[in-house]
Amino acid sequence: MDVGLEDTNAPHSMGTTIIGVTYNGGVVLGADSRTSTGVYVANRASDKITQLTDNVYVCRSGSAADSQIVSDYVRYFLHQHTIQLGQPATVKVAANLVRLLAYNNKNMLQTGMIVGGWDKYEGGKIYGVPLGGTILEQPFAIGGSGSSYLYGFFDQEWKEGMTKDEAEKLVVKAVSLAIARDGASGGVVRTVIINSEGVTRNFYPGDTLPLWHEELEPQNSLLDILSSSSSDPMVT
Amino acid sequence: MIFVELLCRYPYVTGTSVIGIKYKDGILMAADMGGSYGSTLRYKSVERMKPIGKHSLLGASGEISDFQELLRYLDELILYDNMWDDGNSLGPKEVHSYLTRVMYNRRNKFNPLWNSLVLGGVKKGQKYLGTVVSMIGVHFEDNHVATGFGNHLARPILRDEWHENLSFEDGVKLLEKCMLVLLYRDRSAINKLQIAKITEEGTTISPPYSLKTFWGFSAFKNPTLGAEGSW
Repeated sequence: MDVGLEDTNAPHSMGTTIIGVTYNGGVVLGADSRTSTGVYVANRASDKITQLTDNVYVCRSGSAADSQIVSDYVRYFLHQHTIQLGQPATVKVAANLVRLLAYNNKNMLQTGMIVGGWDKYEGGKIYGVPLGGTILEQPFAIGGSGSSYLYGFFDQEWKEGMTKDEAEKLVVKAVSLAIARDGASGGVVRTVIINSEGVTRNFYPGDTLPLWHEELEPQNSLLDILSSSSSDPMVT
Repeated sequence: MIFVELLCRYPYVTGTSVIGIKYKDGILMAADMGGSYGSTLRYKSVERMKPIGKHSLLGASGEISDFQELLRYLDELILYDNMWDDGNSLGPKEVHSYLTRVMYNRRNKFNPLWNSLVLGGVKKGQKYLGTVVSMIGVHFEDNHVATGFGNHLARPILRDEWHENLSFEDGVKLLEKCMLVLLYRDRSAINKLQIAKITEEGTTISPPYSLKTFWGFSAFKNPTLGAEGSW
């Protein structure tokens, strides 16, 4: 890993956009679906929102391998913890297990995660676990390289006590905006909503997302444009 | 190979300056609530000062995850101290000594906790204010201490204006004067801070608040007057 002695003011960017938002009754987790190796898109439909227990999910960013192995270990520990405890694990416990692995292996791991879920004691909760293994409980969290483009957006748009639909719309809009500007984010927008009633997975392919600045309505072919327009669009 | 752990170690989420001063009834400490991620001001509600046991208050700058780990070590220390149930409790001097040992021993193993710490407290009327300067483990006590940028910007002000037996109001005003300078001149500072007080009675940490800034200098309105093209 030839990254020692780097300028300490420059953390690594991590391909992905991940978001976790609390609302009045639960949480909404969202992510893009692009996994890249260098400039090649290895998987254009990956699922970055991974289940840890029935009621707790984690959004993964950074190294795919590192984030997968951390969630595998945490899922294993949580499973045993649930058996011992005799009831579902709390979001706090799940987040702290993630923190434990992230902190104690900080030299080797390159993954930032957002843990979100619902339990009967605290309701919907979101915990951010960035690089280094800090744990921070937040009303909403953003992560991954695409999140750089969303700080201003959330500063403006975030509101306490949103409804489930408002929260999901916000998450989808945000991931979609990040995809528009971040080369390392792309594909579809996936969301997972967790509340007292259970878990709902949603899937938003590119054509269902709004168009942003300088983006055009997708067409099947130029030929359709030519045939449908009255004047000659082929102009120099 | 032995240097690998140090070489690969750099901080990710960091807090900036902490300032501490002795005053009439105990110690006053100030820190903003920022957690920077490189140059991004990423987290704006990080509590960087925490009470430790009955008699101490710890403020930290540097890597937040290491500060959180330190709080766990201290939690265990205080727990075991309480379990003796012998009427005695660890004072700020003892906690400061413990922290120094932890920091220095980690440094010797090339696996430092990337923090600068300010530890203040009062026990049996004796005020104590110490700092563990960095991940190296250097430590000393003084009437006023600071970490990071605070050393360069706040300490000169404190050297001039601190005096024995400051009242609470004067102490807060002095700290706010220092925090304002840091806000103007430290890139990683944010305008959301807390001031903590520890006395014989106990610890109180203020709710977060912001300071008013001043930009009304006439020179600010027209800085290049007489020197067009300059900055």
